[in-house]
Amino acid sequence: MTDQSETISSNWFSQLAHPGMFMRWSAYLIWPLGLLSIVLFAVGLWFAFFHSPADYQMGETVRIMYVHVPNAWLSQFCYGLMAVSAVGTLVWRHPMADVSMKAAAPLGAAFTAMALVTGSLWGRPTWGTFWEWDGRMTSTLILFLIYLGLIALWRTFEDQLRAAKVVAVLTLVGAVNIPIIKFSVDWWNTLHQPSTFFRADGPKAPASIITPLLTMTLAFTVLFLLLHLLRMRTEVTKRKADRLEHLKIARQQKGA
Amino acid sequence: MRAFWALLVRDLKSASRAGGSLTTLLAFYLSLGVILPIAIGPDKPLLASLGPALIWTGVLLSSLLGLDRIFVADHEDGSLAAFRHSRLSLSTISFVKLIVHWLTTALPLIVLTPVMGVLLTIDLQTLLSVMLTLLLGTPAIAALSLVAAALSVSLKRGAVIAPILVMPLAIPAVIFGVGAAKPLLGAGQAETALLYLSAMSLVFVAFAPFAAALALRLSQE
Repeated sequence: MTDQSETISSNWFSQLAHPGMFMRWSAYLIWPLGLLSIVLFAVGLWFAFFHSPADYQMGETVRIMYVHVPNAWLSQFCYGLMAVSAVGTLVWRHPMADVSMKAAAPLGAAFTAMALVTGSLWGRPTWGTFWEWDGRMTSTLILFLIYLGLIALWRTFEDQLRAAKVVAVLTLVGAVNIPIIKFSVDWWNTLHQPSTFFRADGPKAPASIITPLLTMTLAFTVLFLLLHLLRMRTEVTKRKADRLEHLKIARQQKGA
Repeated sequence: MRAFWALLVRDLKSASRAGGSLTTLLAFYLSLGVILPIAIGPDKPLLASLGPALIWTGVLLSSLLGLDRIFVADHEDGSLAAFRHSRLSLSTISFVKLIVHWLTTALPLIVLTPVMGVLLTIDLQTLLSVMLTLLLGTPAIAALSLVAAALSVSLKRGAVIAPILVMPLAIPAVIFGVGAAKPLLGAGQAETALLYLSAMSLVFVAFAPFAAALALRLSQE
């Protein structure tokens, strides 16, 4: 009984993940996801600008939070997605897992960079400095470096199928390391400065802050999913084009 | 076990007979010991207080310099392909490579560290604790280097990319290494750092050969 249900579910999944099928069903998702993210952004920004209070200490700059927090969340969510895809690459050797991993890396780097930039723009008026060697900021910066390393490794390979497996190993090594890095940076930070007066999770946030924050987080997440899907589609098309190019060259050589 | 020793001896012999690379390594490390004080200025107390951090940075950068030697020669002359069919598992072979890399890279750097100590004008007590933390922490760096070298072995630009991959992952080792060597800290905190550093080295050395073997297998497919 269990065997049967397992084969059914694996069939269902492998059909969904088959590159041709993927191109077909994902085409129907692009517009809905795009519209959904526009609506969510509109609602979220409206709440963030007009229906949330200015902070009594930070003033209007507190609204940077509604952009900063979603980006910080996505910087980690994206690495999680890549780690899961890396397992897919190594265990099931599925080409779509490679594509998902490759499509996510630059997005992760971009969202991490946005988190760092919005964070430093927020830090300037509130802390009086663009950069503080605070535990969270430092580990986010290291995460950014790891993303860059992964992207660089992708680019040094010519054979993308082999690259996927090697990058997957590094992605998982990084996934094991990130908690260690986080812990060590927190330890190092408490060594230098015991505590910061400001905390992002804030004291008892009221609904007027929670609502725009959640809406914006959802909006950015939908945007991420949309971009990820688009990049995956581009990658599949690119691989098809590359294969056709190889075939063409092979035919020409045969003819000559 | 005999194959293990034979491979270890072979690699040590070829490392010692190749020559040149050890001199390059030590010269690079020493040049850092000259460049950094010149850049900072002849301020003795400042140099002494920065000493452990500069020495750790120097050791990290210098050991990345020799990273591509771990597998490249064996890849080029075909030994690596032969190893895949040897009676020793690829993980064991990677472990041997790790030991050889540590013996030919980290150990000479640690031996040369007293000279760095003189250049950076740090006192004997600090020097000894830096050397102790290096002894405990460099296995972790060597283990990360092993994985990065295995990942990039078949790449033309491998020697350029591998250090970029290692550096962010080596940050915890640097934090705990320098933290444990700082003389100004309370004794309890330095001890904690030393324990974390040793734990990291043990875990990384235990796992790295398997990750490296996996990377070697996948990048040759």
